[in-house]
Amino acid sequence: MRISISINGVKHDADVEPRLLLVHFIRDLAGLTGTHIGCETSICGACTVLMDGKPVKCCAILAVQADGSEITTIEGLADEGRLHPIQEGFWECHGLQCGYCTPGMIMSAYGLLQENPDPTEDEIRHGLEGNLCRCTGYQHIVDAVRHASRQMAAKAVKAG
Amino acid sequence: MITGNFDYFAPSNVEEAIKLLNEYGDDCKIISGGHSLVPVLKLRLASPAVLIDIGRIKGLKGISFEGGTIVIGTNTTHAEIARSAELKKHCPLLVETAGQIGDQQVRNRGTIGGSLTHADPAADWPAAVLALDADIIVKGKGSVRTIKATDFFVDIMTSAVKSNEIVTEIRITKPAQPQAAAYLKVPQAASGFAVVGVAAQLTLKDGRCEKVAIGITGLGPKAYRASTSENALIGNTLDAATISAAAEKADTEAVDTMEDIHASGEFRRNLTRVYTKRAIMAAMSRA
Ligand SMILES: Cc1cc2nc3c(=O)[nH]c(=O)nc-3n(C[C@H](O)[C@H](O)[C@H](O)COP(=O)(O)OP(=O)(O)OC[C@H]3O[C@@H](n4cnc5c(N)ncnc54)[C@H](O)[C@@H]3O)c2cc1C
Ligand code: FES
Ligand code: FES
Repeated sequence: MRISISINGVKHDADVEPRLLLVHFIRDLAGLTGTHIGCETSICGACTVLMDGKPVKCCAILAVQADGSEITTIEGLADEGRLHPIQEGFWECHGLQCGYCTPGMIMSAYGLLQENPDPTEDEIRHGLEGNLCRCTGYQHIVDAVRHASRQMAAKAVKAG
Repeated sequence: MITGNFDYFAPSNVEEAIKLLNEYGDDCKIISGGHSLVPVLKLRLASPAVLIDIGRIKGLKGISFEGGTIVIGTNTTHAEIARSAELKKHCPLLVETAGQIGDQQVRNRGTIGGSLTHADPAADWPAAVLALDADIIVKGKGSVRTIKATDFFVDIMTSAVKSNEIVTEIRITKPAQPQAAAYLKVPQAASGFAVVGVAAQLTLKDGRCEKVAIGITGLGPKAYRASTSENALIGNTLDAATISAAAEKADTEAVDTMEDIHASGEFRRNLTRVYTKRAIMAAMSRA
């Protein structure tokens, strides 16, 4: 079946089997391997991307279901080589160790901050409940999201 | 993990979907958000030859009001319900339930109609629609049926929707005292599904319980109304002793119980009683 999915602003047209998962479309057809596959059972959140602006687990979505949608992956967050404040937060606060969960964590944090730009520690932990990390113990991830939230607020003030 | 092969159709209206359902019969399955079905297909617990994606049908998504009735399209996502300011005012039980389903990614894809039809014994929506006495509207070839929430859940993973029918909307009469409600659950640690979940919607008049509906999920193979508890509350002043005595009966209707690594049947019964008490108290305190 012919489908067309926009990923990070670039249109990808392909003839796919209906059973192709969106995560495989992104990784294998579009060649964007920043989106990871962890559990493959829709639990771990490593495969989280934005679909029409909202975080989703793309290992539980068929590519054909995403026909015509706009996807943003971790590769699409930085702006002309400048890290997004959430990426910067993970860098500054040591929000990763092995990094396997990180792209998914960041895309979920993006969704969380969109709904709630100034989350409390509790709200961050609750907001990221769909993402598992086997390394960090989560504290640095929480710090990273807090850092990002402050940076984004400061930026918004500056931009007026 | 990859699913078996299937043909895929994405009809643009309900009639076309029903036509396809009748054409392919038991070989086909509807897909909405896919957040129950895709995992099932990946594990090859089911291998339908045809999938009918109703996600692109306009008019099956969204929340609207017809006088005193709340109408929720089957394809409305958990997240859309959790975010609805109108529902927060007119039926906060729906908002509270939606916000406790899975995680934000799941809520962005999963739909209320998909969850109800899937009839997972650990799903959250069944408890809420029972406590709200909802009607579920189902269309087939030249037919429209209204299924009451109390008749909708048949058995484990089995709803009253026939394989050639499609759920179109969920209709709920606005509760008289919307705020007098609560959904409390014990979540499974990994998935968030309910080990036990209790939804309660109350109407109080002069300190007495005029009306109450309690929906319970997680305990048995299907969600149910805790009628024995309800009857012990109706007409009475809701003091601590009355509530406790009523909640002690909350597992009466459950003949069989679920039993798994998360909790034994006996523990689930106990949780049901405790959480029923807490849900009634919470609903009262919000009235
Ligand atoms: C990690 C994870 C955690 C979860 N946690 C929870 C939780 O805490 N609580 C909870 O309640 N749920 C939970 N879920 C389930 C989630 O809510 C599902 O989205 C929901 O159960 C199914 O909705 P769907 O739209 O994805 O349905 P689908 O998967 O598309 O369909 C489910 C079934 O319903 C049928 N169907 C769908 N729509 C219709 C229709 N309109 N008419 C007739 N048949 C139809 C399909 O044929 C299929 O058999 C979780 C899921 C995941 C992946
Ligand atoms: S790989 Fe998708 S949730 Fe784990
Ligand atoms: S940094 Fe290794 S899994 Fe999170």
